[in-house]
Amino acid sequence: MVWSFISRTRGRNRFDLTDWLTWGYLIFGILLMFGPVLWVAMSSFKTDAALSEYPPTFLPLSPQTVMVEGYDEPLPLYEITGGEYEGRTLAQIRRIGLNAQMVDPQAPGERLNVSINDREPAREFSVAWGNYTQLFERFNFMQYFWNSAFITVVATIITVIFNSMAAFALAKYKFRGRTVVFLLIIATLMIPPTINLVPIYLVVNELGIVNSPWGVIWPAVATPTGVFLLRQYMLTIPDDLLDAARMDHASEWRVYWRIVLPLAAPAIAVLVIFSVMWRWNEFLWPLIVLTRSEEFTLQLALNAFQGDLQTSWSGLLAMTVLTLLPITIIFALLQKNITAGIAQSGVK
Amino acid sequence: MAVVELEKLVKDYAGFRAIHGVDLTIEDGEFCVFVGPSGCGKSTLLRMIAGLEDISGGELRIDGERVNEQRAAERGLAMVFQSYALYPHMTVRENLAFGLENIRTPKDEIRRRVDDAARMLQIEEHMQRRPKQLSGGQRQRVAIGRAVVREPKVFLFDEPLSNLDAELRVVMRGEISSLHRRLGNTMIYVTHDQVEAMTMADKIVVLKLGTIQQVGSPLDLYNRPANQFVAGFIGSPRMNFLKMSVAETRAESIVVKEENGRSFEAAVSPEGVKAGDKVTVGIRPEHLEIGSERGHPVTIDSIEQLGGESYLYCTDAGGHPVTIHKSGQTRLRAGEEAQVFLPAESIHVFKEDGMALERLRIGEAV
Amino acid sequence: MVNPLNQAAQFGYRTAFGLFEVPMAGAQRLIGIGRIAWLFLLPNLVIFGLFTFLPIILNFFYATTGSDAILLSQRPYVGAENFASLLSCDNYLDPNSCRRDIFWRAIYNTSWFVVLQVGFMILFSLLTALILNRDIPFRGFFRGVFFYPVLLSPVVVALIWKWILQRYGVLNAGLEGVGLPTVNWLISADWAFFWVIFVSIWAHMGFYTLILLAGLQAIPSDVYEAAEMDGASRWRVFSRITMPLLMPTMVVVLVLSLIRAVQAFDEIFVLTGGGPGTATTLILQYIYETGFASRPQLFGLAAAASILMAVVLLVLTLLQLRATRSQAEG
Repeated sequence: MVWSFISRTRGRNRFDLTDWLTWGYLIFGILLMFGPVLWVAMSSFKTDAALSEYPPTFLPLSPQTVMVEGYDEPLPLYEITGGEYEGRTLAQIRRIGLNAQMVDPQAPGERLNVSINDREPAREFSVAWGNYTQLFERFNFMQYFWNSAFITVVATIITVIFNSMAAFALAKYKFRGRTVVFLLIIATLMIPPTINLVPIYLVVNELGIVNSPWGVIWPAVATPTGVFLLRQYMLTIPDDLLDAARMDHASEWRVYWRIVLPLAAPAIAVLVIFSVMWRWNEFLWPLIVLTRSEEFTLQLALNAFQGDLQTSWSGLLAMTVLTLLPITIIFALLQKNITAGIAQSGVK
Repeated sequence: MAVVELEKLVKDYAGFRAIHGVDLTIEDGEFCVFVGPSGCGKSTLLRMIAGLEDISGGELRIDGERVNEQRAAERGLAMVFQSYALYPHMTVRENLAFGLENIRTPKDEIRRRVDDAARMLQIEEHMQRRPKQLSGGQRQRVAIGRAVVREPKVFLFDEPLSNLDAELRVVMRGEISSLHRRLGNTMIYVTHDQVEAMTMADKIVVLKLGTIQQVGSPLDLYNRPANQFVAGFIGSPRMNFLKMSVAETRAESIVVKEENGRSFEAAVSPEGVKAGDKVTVGIRPEHLEIGSERGHPVTIDSIEQLGGESYLYCTDAGGHPVTIHKSGQTRLRAGEEAQVFLPAESIHVFKEDGMALERLRIGEAV
Repeated sequence: MVNPLNQAAQFGYRTAFGLFEVPMAGAQRLIGIGRIAWLFLLPNLVIFGLFTFLPIILNFFYATTGSDAILLSQRPYVGAENFASLLSCDNYLDPNSCRRDIFWRAIYNTSWFVVLQVGFMILFSLLTALILNRDIPFRGFFRGVFFYPVLLSPVVVALIWKWILQRYGVLNAGLEGVGLPTVNWLISADWAFFWVIFVSIWAHMGFYTLILLAGLQAIPSDVYEAAEMDGASRWRVFSRITMPLLMPTMVVVLVLSLIRAVQAFDEIFVLTGGGPGTATTLILQYIYETGFASRPQLFGLAAAASILMAVVLLVLTLLQLRATRSQAEG
């Protein structure tokens, strides 16, 4: 039954070569697309000792140690794979040339000599939660998280309000200059902010919002994409509804927020998803505007840490995982809406 | 208490005049129907009264006060839209209350008025539903209810029944009429359906291409259409039109004659025509009589027998379609020839410019 | 039905927008309903003006002035010197002979990057879209698989691959496991360039796959049924039906990805920092470093380089407009 489900690719025919290739490609695709993320996620639970092991293991395993009577330090445990003591688990006292001096933790009195080729380090499954807790204790993670969250949430709210107001005006009023304004806004779709970095910085500087989250928020709230998306949707809201509301004594502002905005909810949801994605992942502009580390977003903090030789991979990996987690959760929940929204609007 | 007066009302769109100086007075408590084919400007006129379209020229007065410059809401009117325009994201109760909330009516007052309207329109059990969960007739009731709670001076209806099926339309027609009787408000109702106009109106306004063709009571329009357009528009099936010419004018009638055919006397005023003028003779299907002697010969193309009445669809020698409405049943068959007779008191005569000659004796029992 | 969170949200919404009720109604009475539209446009237009239109003009002022001052009033006029400095080369094919050799290296790197990244990305996106367009189970899931990296932040993408590609990373361990030589991937110039392209394709191809898939699904199925009745082979169906009908979408994808590739920066900057040396330095990184990361900050030079980049983007955008129009007509 399972087989007939999987093999229904060509419908009527047998499972043929193209089906094998298709499934091969898809499985390779899963490995290539999810594999690296999964690898980083697994690695983020390893201790520093396990991280420096080569070749690495997939699961977070770390070398096992044991306290043996008569020794001050914990001794590393080894499985003996050959020779006289095969099958036993011994603790290593020290290594001498090609031999290791070992001791049985159950019988600490007797020292045993084992060839180093006959032993394998005994490893145990151990999750290094410390990688994560140190982010909060030593790296001020919450501060960066809060900065990122603040910028994302506030910028998204402002974007939705400003863009929907403009879209409402362009979709539901006839006034002189409407076409000009609309074309002007569409034209800015073609002027990516990357070519205006220097003068935008001047404006932000003059407004005194360098090194402030507002310096990241304001320049990009008037997204032409958002205006366009919402306008197209609002065009489909019947004018009769607006007229009915006007007959019902609603002011234009009330028509906007009581009638048009709630009815444009599907398009607004798409814009919210875009905006959250843009803002959470934004890198170059915050890099220019935010230079003090207490103002850093998560992305900037990650970048700063990876350049900092003092930082160990264990902390960096944990932070990477925490940074990709919110987007991953949103994606898992809203996968259908996101892909449908993007396929329809053709924007990213 | 509301009299609506339109004086030389004009609507211009860029380079195109939609309404050509309309003069009209709608009395207090009157049920006035604007009727006409699509594109005649009836909806535009209604929206101008509502305040949803700017008035390009002329004056609109409600109770003697000029309201051209007032916003839609300030004119004290309520409107029922063709599409109902119910707010899809609000429940029925919220839909009804929205207008009252906007003018900051006290909460208990809103509740009372909404409940009253709901009871009157029998939509009480649907108050928590959204428009999408309602049937067409229920939506229609909510749309009317939304107008009722506002207690407006004038109700405006923009083709409110056109989205309903035939059966429901008859029911709602009756309900709107009884609503009018109960509330006694002035109501202005737009439709393209002359049956609605005939059954509901106190006063009918027939419009064509932005001008008023005729204003009058339903039977006025039926009996004394001012021109050929009104005559053809009011009444179903449509009035028959035959091309004839004036043979002779008399003191209180004229004689019309078909080319090579027989002549008929018509009881209309001879004013404005003389012998030899080309005219169009109109006669309603129910006034044509089938006789045995020589009348106007027609060939029967098809017959609809409804039991209680029959419709005969014929063509005359001149190629004009002729419809005959006969009460009871008939023994005639398709393909046969029949002689029809035009009674003098039932004939309408239209001059070449389409205007009617005044009828002096009217056959209908009025 | 009565959800406290929902109620709180509704209360917040009503209060926030209700606050503007009185001023907006007043404004409406004051300026009339005809001009109220401008009031709705105002916030957006102010932001556009400040951060889009004004900067376009200012960019030219920066490009024609010198010194490291940010304020225009303190910057001396230097005419076309910034452009001349960027464009002066003894031999345009040899960056070493240019006055701004890093600028020219960035141009060469960007050109190669654009050609290879866009070429291979479209190839793989098309292949993936064709496979996802087949009648396979779990299609929605697989679509999501290829799309997932698009949502990841560039920094995260770069760090993920940096961890895999490091000297003692899992890739080298795997190679050693099957007896192949290991490489210090990001230290070797050629390999670093390869991985920059690879990672960039990995991160973005899901987006183009999605657009191509939408294009494929817009092709009516009866065309395929007719071809089958005509006994067309699979290859002929692909080359004579699928490809011609997909062409308009392909053109849009091509131009869109070209525009993006010219502005590539984030992942590469974090992954390699433009190195080793300047092997993976692209044009936007040059602008960023010239204007912001190095001392003195050469704003004029950065602005001049932006304008040159803008010219390229403008040409590509015009191409896109033509492509979209022909798609709309076709």
